[in-house]
Amino acid sequence: MEDIFLPAIIMGILGLGFGLTLAWLAKKFAVEENPLVQKILDLLPGANCGACGYPGCVGLAEKIATQEAPMNACPVGGPKTWAEIARLLGNHEEFRFESKKAVLVCQGGKGVAQEIASYRGVKNCRAYKLLGVSARVCRYGCIGLGTCEEVCPFSAITMDRESGLPVISPEKCTGCGKCVTECPQGVLVLVPDREQVLVACVSKESGKVVRQACLRGCIKCQLCVKTCPEKAIRFEKEIIHIDQEKCTLCGLCVEKCPTHCLVRIFEESSVSPVSEAQVEVK
Amino acid sequence: MKLRTFPQGVFLSPAKELTAHRSIVEIGSPPKVVLPLWQHTGAPLEPLVKRGDVVKKGQKVADVEAFIAAPLHASISGKVTAIEEWWHPSMGKFRAIVIENDGQEEVERREPLPKDIENLDSLFLRKWIREGGMVGLGGAAFPTHVKVSPPAGKIIDTVILNGAECEPYLTCDHRVMVERPDTVLLGLRILVRACGAKRAYIGIEENKEECLTLFAKLVKYMSIPTEVVPLATKYPQGSEKQIILAILGREVPPGGLPLDVGVVVNNVQTASAIGRMAEEGMPLVERVITVSGECIQTPGNLEVPLGTVLEGIVAFCGGFVKTPQKIIMGGPMTGIAQSSLQVPVIKGTSGFLFFSRPYEKKEYPCIRCGRCVDGCPMFLLPYHLARLAEFQAFLEAEEHRVLDCMECGVCSYVCPAGIPLTQFIKLAKAEIIRRKKGGVTR
Repeated sequence: MEDIFLPAIIMGILGLGFGLTLAWLAKKFAVEENPLVQKILDLLPGANCGACGYPGCVGLAEKIATQEAPMNACPVGGPKTWAEIARLLGNHEEFRFESKKAVLVCQGGKGVAQEIASYRGVKNCRAYKLLGVSARVCRYGCIGLGTCEEVCPFSAITMDRESGLPVISPEKCTGCGKCVTECPQGVLVLVPDREQVLVACVSKESGKVVRQACLRGCIKCQLCVKTCPEKAIRFEKEIIHIDQEKCTLCGLCVEKCPTHCLVRIFEESSVSPVSEAQVEVK
Repeated sequence: MKLRTFPQGVFLSPAKELTAHRSIVEIGSPPKVVLPLWQHTGAPLEPLVKRGDVVKKGQKVADVEAFIAAPLHASISGKVTAIEEWWHPSMGKFRAIVIENDGQEEVERREPLPKDIENLDSLFLRKWIREGGMVGLGGAAFPTHVKVSPPAGKIIDTVILNGAECEPYLTCDHRVMVERPDTVLLGLRILVRACGAKRAYIGIEENKEECLTLFAKLVKYMSIPTEVVPLATKYPQGSEKQIILAILGREVPPGGLPLDVGVVVNNVQTASAIGRMAEEGMPLVERVITVSGECIQTPGNLEVPLGTVLEGIVAFCGGFVKTPQKIIMGGPMTGIAQSSLQVPVIKGTSGFLFFSRPYEKKEYPCIRCGRCVDGCPMFLLPYHLARLAEFQAFLEAEEHRVLDCMECGVCSYVCPAGIPLTQFIKLAKAEIIRRKKGGVTR
């Protein structure tokens, strides 16, 4: 019977010794963990989709906690998530929330852009672009083979059969920018989700060439530059630029443009999720 | 006569009878030439002239400091009327120098090369070749002086002159070999001297019998050991790696250059242009092209100044008898479809083909018949690579050696399901390179 006491005592002492060593080591080599990371992680969607460019939601949460990533880095969560993160971090004053959406800045669809050849081959805009030659007079405009539709992870883009141009649903678009990087023509751009006037033509050709190439192309007449009462429009490097800060949305340029290549977008977005989010934060 | 060749490939109908017997015709100075600043593989050029300058034929008008580049010379005498974007046969549009002919026919010549080429310095010759604006006239337009400059530690022992001309319809190299054998051989001697090789081969497909017998006679008088090699008429026999394998039995490693096995391959027309420059002192300002296809009134082999606009060439050939549905610059297998008659002739233009029917193969799903695998001269699996490209699995495509593809077009040609396999593979190659460069989008 007493044989059991000695081992029990030895084991007990050993156990106590190891326990104390472990406790001391845990204190000595403790990893400081930012409690914010877990809190931010709880606010993120948790899909680990990688659309932000960081390794999953944890990776992004860590970067937001150390302020290496902006609070609106998660494109999927949208303004609501950003607002919650901003509230958590308590520095919402510095940050203006603006969700971004992809828009198409070309109106050269079927029957609008002059075609000089027909294309048969791989249905992929990048493959088409590799051929070098263009089936249309305009080599800047939308190709219309639907690579953007294919790459959109949120099914926000559908190809319109009649015009052959992509149609982007503002409700579904999260502004992840995937279509913008994949489009070989650069006719998809990310813009702030608010009412604005855009030049829907990226052609750098002279007015004469554009006139032959497309019914809705910018012919460089610069009527908009002369019309704008706010001097918000300028012509630089063969392209019309609109200064969105100065623009008052008066719409005079849209009316004057002879080829209707100036367009007003997001017109009915007065109650957009953006403004809701701002209200919530303040 | 035993024919040498490479494994796999495809037998095509040569379709050369339209132009093979027609001798080279000079079309003379056009009223205007358009010289794009990018005519070769390598860095684009910077213009040395400005608007309003008067230039002579043979005067250097554009150059750049980069090693892989060849300067450009005015192909007519006249006035530079613009430096602007112009139609380009493979780039859509590119900056080009437009020269209007003044009818003065003023010429700027260089000193002809001394006759004793074997005593000339190879470094001098390489520079001389570069200054002549020489590039491979077979189609890829790789600067010739780069080819004949082996990097330190590599030795070139053999020069192969490529007279295979395996693309159907094209006969310009054939005619150059028949009509200008002396300049071809002079050019070959210069090339051999420039790269320090010990021997030379001339590879010619056996369907060009007259060239074979002619050269077999002439090479006996060459100062270096030269052999004429009859090759089987098989596509792509004229591809660099395939012709080396056929003639020397050496295999160029994947991703490597012919330099890696001690060989330089040059087109016969390149040699002819070099030979002409040695004799006449005129840099590369014109080349021989084939104009063929059933739509053109008089098909033929034309000697045209670089920069001649296609419209003028069509007019010279008597216009169209049928409306062309497809216009191709180069051969039908590797050529580039054109959408405008405003494209100029560039250094890499081997011909223009006008067909009355568009490409009309309907696309069906792949049934894995394996014809593309049997045909691929690089031993790839085109059907699999195309599938990987279609579903954006570019990393896996790279593991399956998609970058070894030379885009010869055999797989698309033999595919009974009409799948544009080559284009899919081209897409995969471009995407892999784009991703390596850090996702540059445009």
